[in-house]
Amino acid sequence: MKFDTPATANPTDRMKVLGKPIDRIDGKLKTTGTAHYAYERSDAAPNAAYGYILGSSIAKGRIESIDVADAKAAPGVLAVVTYENAGKIGKAKNHTARMLAGPDVQHYDQAVAVVVAETFEQARAATKLLRVNYARAKGNFDLAASQGSATKPKSGTPDTAVGDFAGAFAKAAVKVDERYTTPDQSHQMMEPHSTTAAWTGDKLTLWTSNQMIAWAVGDMSETLLIPKDNIHVMSPYVGGGFGSKLWIRSDAVMAALGSRAIGGRPVKLALTRPQVMNNTTHRPATIQRLRIGAQKGGKITAIAHESWSGDLPGGGPETAPNATRLLYAGANRMTATRLAVLDLPEGNAMRAPGEAVGLLALEAAMDELAEKLKMDPVQLRIVNDTQVDPEKPSRQFSQRDLVGCLKTGAERFGWNKRNPVPGQVRDGRWLVGMGMASAFRDNVTMKSGARVGIDKKGMVTVATDMTDIGTGSYTIIGQTVAELMGVPMDKVIVLLGDSSFPASSGSGGQWGGNSSTAGVYAACMALRESVARKLGFNSDDVVFEDGKVKSGNRSVSLSEAAGDAGLSAEDSIEFGDLTKTYAQATFGAHFVEVGVDSATGEIRVRRMSGAFAAGRILNPKSARSQVIGAMTMGVGAALMEDAIVDTRFGYFVNHDLAEYHVPAHADIPMQDVFFMDELDEKSSPMKAKGIGELGLCGVGAAIANAVYNACGVRVREYPLTLDKVIGKMV
Amino acid sequence: MKAFTYERATSAKEAASAAARMPGAKFIAGGTNLLDLMKLQIETPQHLIDVNGLGLDKIAPTADGGLRVGALVRNTDLAADARVRKDYGVLSRALVSGASGQLRNKATTAGNLLQRTRCPYFYDTTKPCNKRQPGSGCAAIGGFNRNLAIMGTSEACIATHPSDMAVAMRVLDATVETVNAAGATRAIPIADFHRLPGATPNIETSLAPGELITAVTLPKPIGGTHIYQKVRDRASYAFALISVAAVIQPGGRGRLAFGGLAHKPWRVEAAEAQMPNGAKATAAAVLAGARTTSQNAFKLPLVERTIGAVFEDAKA
Amino acid sequence: MHQDEGFPVSRRGVIAGGVASATLAAAPAAQAQTQGSAQPAPPTMPVTLKVNGRTTKINVDTRTTLLDALRENLKLTGTKKGCDHGQCGACTVIVEGRRINSCLTLAVMHEGEEITTIEGLGTPEKLHAMQAAFVKHDGYQCGYCTPGQICSAVATLGEIKAGIPSHVTGDIAAQPTVTTDELRERMSGNICRCGAYANIIDAIHEVAGTERTA
Repeated sequence: MKFDTPATANPTDRMKVLGKPIDRIDGKLKTTGTAHYAYERSDAAPNAAYGYILGSSIAKGRIESIDVADAKAAPGVLAVVTYENAGKIGKAKNHTARMLAGPDVQHYDQAVAVVVAETFEQARAATKLLRVNYARAKGNFDLAASQGSATKPKSGTPDTAVGDFAGAFAKAAVKVDERYTTPDQSHQMMEPHSTTAAWTGDKLTLWTSNQMIAWAVGDMSETLLIPKDNIHVMSPYVGGGFGSKLWIRSDAVMAALGSRAIGGRPVKLALTRPQVMNNTTHRPATIQRLRIGAQKGGKITAIAHESWSGDLPGGGPETAPNATRLLYAGANRMTATRLAVLDLPEGNAMRAPGEAVGLLALEAAMDELAEKLKMDPVQLRIVNDTQVDPEKPSRQFSQRDLVGCLKTGAERFGWNKRNPVPGQVRDGRWLVGMGMASAFRDNVTMKSGARVGIDKKGMVTVATDMTDIGTGSYTIIGQTVAELMGVPMDKVIVLLGDSSFPASSGSGGQWGGNSSTAGVYAACMALRESVARKLGFNSDDVVFEDGKVKSGNRSVSLSEAAGDAGLSAEDSIEFGDLTKTYAQATFGAHFVEVGVDSATGEIRVRRMSGAFAAGRILNPKSARSQVIGAMTMGVGAALMEDAIVDTRFGYFVNHDLAEYHVPAHADIPMQDVFFMDELDEKSSPMKAKGIGELGLCGVGAAIANAVYNACGVRVREYPLTLDKVIGKMV
Repeated sequence: MKAFTYERATSAKEAASAAARMPGAKFIAGGTNLLDLMKLQIETPQHLIDVNGLGLDKIAPTADGGLRVGALVRNTDLAADARVRKDYGVLSRALVSGASGQLRNKATTAGNLLQRTRCPYFYDTTKPCNKRQPGSGCAAIGGFNRNLAIMGTSEACIATHPSDMAVAMRVLDATVETVNAAGATRAIPIADFHRLPGATPNIETSLAPGELITAVTLPKPIGGTHIYQKVRDRASYAFALISVAAVIQPGGRGRLAFGGLAHKPWRVEAAEAQMPNGAKATAAAVLAGARTTSQNAFKLPLVERTIGAVFEDAKA
Repeated sequence: MHQDEGFPVSRRGVIAGGVASATLAAAPAAQAQTQGSAQPAPPTMPVTLKVNGRTTKINVDTRTTLLDALRENLKLTGTKKGCDHGQCGACTVIVEGRRINSCLTLAVMHEGEEITTIEGLGTPEKLHAMQAAFVKHDGYQCGYCTPGQICSAVATLGEIKAGIPSHVTGDIAAQPTVTTDELRERMSGNICRCGAYANIIDAIHEVAGTERTA
């Protein structure tokens, strides 16, 4: 199904199942420990041996020799695989760094070897017996020191310019010109990257934890240099990803190599928690400069956003200025994205790449502008709303209710109680402040396919390689099928995460919910057509409801219509130019109250509230969870997450969950989430948009702004730890 | 983790003599720190002596009105003991500010005293660390040392002791009781139990090889207001940047001990005379001789401000 | 002041697979492959575990953690390995009535002890009240920390009932009560990166029969 004109009335509008806060259909499995993740497939891959990876202990250089003798002789060891005996290994186009080092080492903890043994304990111990002789090379690890050598990336849109920024900024009545930094961050999903791999002849089966099944097949094909048809990937449950599992990582490659080395017997392998930090990807640190010029009434006349980040040679930038191109009006504008070469582990997408860190700077700068203007920060944003792409005014937004979000959010939060003068509100030892920020995240759509079938009992089964990484895909896909086919949820079986199913959008960039359900919509429409045709019904007036197909006064049960042979259909949604002809994005407004301990400088979030406009909300319960989860990650970004680079050795020092802090229960207060009533008929036939990343965008800046309001300290270097406020508080 | 043999000891003396007999032996109680380190091969015992069956899990009154806390009393049980909550509130508070409910259910009184530093370079076997590998150098000096020590450091080591409980034990003037393989017992004042790093940061306590902690005794209650103020980046489940254990008597005199400042719980008895003169004077005396890095100098004002907050709390 | 200068590193270093001898000083030239030295088989021991009411005798490598014994030997994979270092709580199980991190304890240390895992609390057909409350309140997303959160939540209510104080208990000598602050603090040893915290607290309140207080 092509989607190239805006949706009109369609069966999703009935909203009998869609739009309802239905409990997750995989909930009973997840809460009883009976959902089996990639390392837990003894049902399908019994007698698995255990793999354990040795990572490089240097950041850059060469492996001069590897002595595997002691490791191979260790009890229980079945094989040791290194670049010397792995055979020819390719680098997938999606990967910046190779999954197996040798002889060159590209980053610290890059996989150097896998030890395969009968037990986990044996594999782990034997790995320590490997002796690797490295020739260390000088590397570049310091973004600040490399800022001057950063260059314009070859792809993407590194430079944008409209009007005369420099001239307008020079003339602006009120100006902000500030530098902000954001640190490297680590995804740290709870399930480390894990894989069980097994070979049957030249066919490879991978049970792996992955967000994008079709990419996993492709990456593995390009890495092992085997045909895609020889690879079967399954990932029905994924213990979180946040971008870290968009591509296969060394767990999958090394498990496959390990299994091949022992004749195809299954090998299971999970990265250790420290390896998650330095072996895989991270969100790159940024240095950002924001310049905003405004008239006295608050109208922005000039806005510029520049960003510097680093990555390995051949890598890409963190596109921090994304949101600034579309969020506020202003006739004179520019953005610039620059990329330095750093020899740290691969930088790549983490939840809301671009916007998540870009808004940490932009929305803090807007707060500074509001203060200079002596204007309410909400009002400043309302004054600068735009209903068209500011770079191309002929291009309208498909839907844009930022103003509604700002007003509704402010009302629900009680923003009018805020004292704009910092340091005025106390609660015992706590200095209390309020802050807000806009939320913005692009709406991306991706081709997505599905197969839907009805059996003779009237059960409807949908199969797609879409993944559920905690997002609720199982449930919203089930709801889509139930709505389209007119059956209750308990008549729907949802099968996900298997490369033998039609390729889907996968989970990433908050495109998965809308795109994958749109693909399921397409398949259901094809199935409805086929049912109607089989029954001789006129497909224009056919109605699917209550487990029946109805046309005029005729009514046939689905099971009868399916017959003994059953009926099935496959289709995909292919998106046309609507994302180009219309600017498509999701919007929101975050409101936060914080307390800053007037003695210690400790910062704690006291309450959070937000209103969001993201098209149709397919399941308000799971959508709300996406938003509160993203807000929680935003608390981490604002207050604690900081992957510390040791620039002498070139690695992230605090590489475990004791030292790289992510928020704990005690850090998270009451969270209020409100969804604006919205349909976006230009986004998809589901009229939905992404929601999985929006909640992260802007929330950290709202916290920083609240900290300023609480104690009068502007911290422009995230995260806002107490050492940056102590001694400066009013 | 290197392979090891394992035995369950049934008496303290037997455990100590097994430790003396078996090369590379270590005691295991809660295991929450030892196993963590063994997985990384920072600790590589060849033999583990499980001391959980020794019956050292009682809290009993002492003749002079104090409490004798068995070495194997779990952190949860020590924190929850009615006598501790009533008379040694600073200890109960310190215990529940540490780790998590799960860890406190396992971690023991003796094990907590023997916790090893959380310095990230100690934890990474690919990096130099004089504590882990004497003579290899200290990667923390000149590296990521925001969380590390400012008092009593040496050119060899700037690690901190991570325990909260030990800070409270220090302010309460607890005594560590031990037994060795010969069956000889001794009582070590907590002040002398932990060492400063000096040139041998690998030697952390005054315990002799194979010497087993059997109990920690608390002197009779001293009254006063008990406060444990822990300052950390995350609201819970995080090690202290600094912490203050305080027992403050009417009139503002009292005792103070500090976590997060040094290789051992930090207490400067002489500085306590300054308490009635306020936080600034007290902090200046506590922090005399501080050696900071560019990353951890914030601990100086933090200590002063936190002392001030503790004094205010005590008045309230 | 310490000198914040770079640690001297040579260009070359032998780093034995992470063994502590990893000196960064000058190193010998590349070694040829050597003959591996023979090593004895690792010690194993029998241990009897009573898991979810079932008694099983297994022979384990002494190094096997309770977590790995449950997951690998007994195939009870509901208990999760998130960090293997006591930093996340995904491995939480209830042993002799107390929640612990099963990753930081050896299987051989639990001879004859009663162990309850997520599988022992309830099944998809017959959910434990806490499991049902997690479903109702969407107290999970990816599901990987969930068994640990649920075991921890069940034990937390027991700990409050038993009068065990927490960091946020106002009067340390008094009986604690089920408040939102108490639940947040006591559940903080269970990390949820998906950020379902607020919903988890709602689920626990429901089981406790109490209202959110903050």
